[in-house]
Amino acid sequence: MKKWQCLICGYVYDEAQGAPEEGIAPGTRWEDIPDDWLCPDCGVGKIDFEMIEMAG
Amino acid sequence: MAEQEYPGDAAVTPLVIVGTGLAGYTVAREWRKLVPDQALTIISVDDGSFYSKPMLSNALTARKSPQQLATFSAAQMAEQLQATILTQARVTALHPERAELTLLRDDGVECRLGYGQLVLALGADAVSLPLAGDGAGGVYAVNDLQDYRRLRAALEQARSVLVLGAGFVGCEFANDLRLAGYEVSVADPAPYALSRFVPESLGRQLVAALQDIGIGWYAGWAAREVLRQEGKLLVTLEHAAGARQQLPVDLVLSATGLRPRVALAQAAGLHVNRGIVTDAWLRTSDARVYALGDCAEVAGVVQPFVMPLMHCARALAKNLAGTPAPVAYPTMPIVLKTPSYPVIVVPPDPGLAGSWQVTEMEGGVKALSMDADGKLLGFALGGSALTEKAALLKALASA
Repeated sequence: MKKWQCLICGYVYDEAQGAPEEGIAPGTRWEDIPDDWLCPDCGVGKIDFEMIEMAG
Repeated sequence: MAEQEYPGDAAVTPLVIVGTGLAGYTVAREWRKLVPDQALTIISVDDGSFYSKPMLSNALTARKSPQQLATFSAAQMAEQLQATILTQARVTALHPERAELTLLRDDGVECRLGYGQLVLALGADAVSLPLAGDGAGGVYAVNDLQDYRRLRAALEQARSVLVLGAGFVGCEFANDLRLAGYEVSVADPAPYALSRFVPESLGRQLVAALQDIGIGWYAGWAAREVLRQEGKLLVTLEHAAGARQQLPVDLVLSATGLRPRVALAQAAGLHVNRGIVTDAWLRTSDARVYALGDCAEVAGVVQPFVMPLMHCARALAKNLAGTPAPVAYPTMPIVLKTPSYPVIVVPPDPGLAGSWQVTEMEGGVKALSMDADGKLLGFALGGSALTEKAALLKALASA
């Protein structure tokens, strides 16, 4: 399971946790999130995210 | 710096964008998605590298240097956007009647540039309140990467920092500086943090959480004077009740608000108020000139936050591409990224007066802004109450 960080505001999407408050179930892989999904904290699109190795 | 070739004097470019902060680059990218073939010129007063401003106030704990925050160079942006990007170039005048602007190039030569459409993404100045004393000029204020580079350089010789202003920016910088090991104190005339956005109990819990990690708090104290003294700065604070005290610190960081950069637009006769005035289509009082971001007052409101900017950039790109659409904001939470005590605020729409209904809980506060009939207008959540965000966003949408 990977983690993705918004390069604009730092919000982290963790595939293991999903984003339940956004209606995205835990375990949802990044590729399976719709392309028009927006960062919940700042509203940028998926292209502004980058896969990051989060420590721990 | 490779020799920049400039368009011929008074050459006309279909779209010219002035400013390479998030506003300028986001509208450029959204527009290029819609208009793949027209020429685009972007003018930057600095080196034009791409960076994200919200990341400035947590870069220390993220162990990011200013260079690492600049994720793309101007050359890479020019390639991505298929644009000409003129760096270290200052726009000195606008001539809307001739659809031209005057530019001072990095080689000192002044030239004229014509535009089909012009977007002003000039940003805002971080204003420091009037301070007396010979040290006042040494106070730092940050609203872009250049300001931040200067701050980080000064921080290398500093141990103690006084942050003036307990708003979003002040609290985030104070938290970041403290977690990076600096001795930090915060002074603000207001009785508690984020006082313009949250009720007292939430603001006090935020202050308490920041004090818990060792931040000194001077609630009700305003900075009046800054004196240089043996390599330190002696800051005179004055309390509303008149008492005074002096605080010796290595560095003073002012986070007391932004002033939209309106001078260029004002001198050109464009309608200006607090910001450059635009309608919901981001159009200024001149039909060919648009504005967005920190410098703009869109449909009566200045919103120096990322989420409104993203929606404005998408609406503006459509307008520029000839398929006009007014900006329509969804509910836009403002997130305070203070790890010690995060806060989310959805302010009531401007002009709507709500009263707070506050619920305190273990390590958190939930505050609902309600109108006289009990209708939900907005909310503020602090600490452990953040788990209620989704439910409240839904409730607000159906309110």
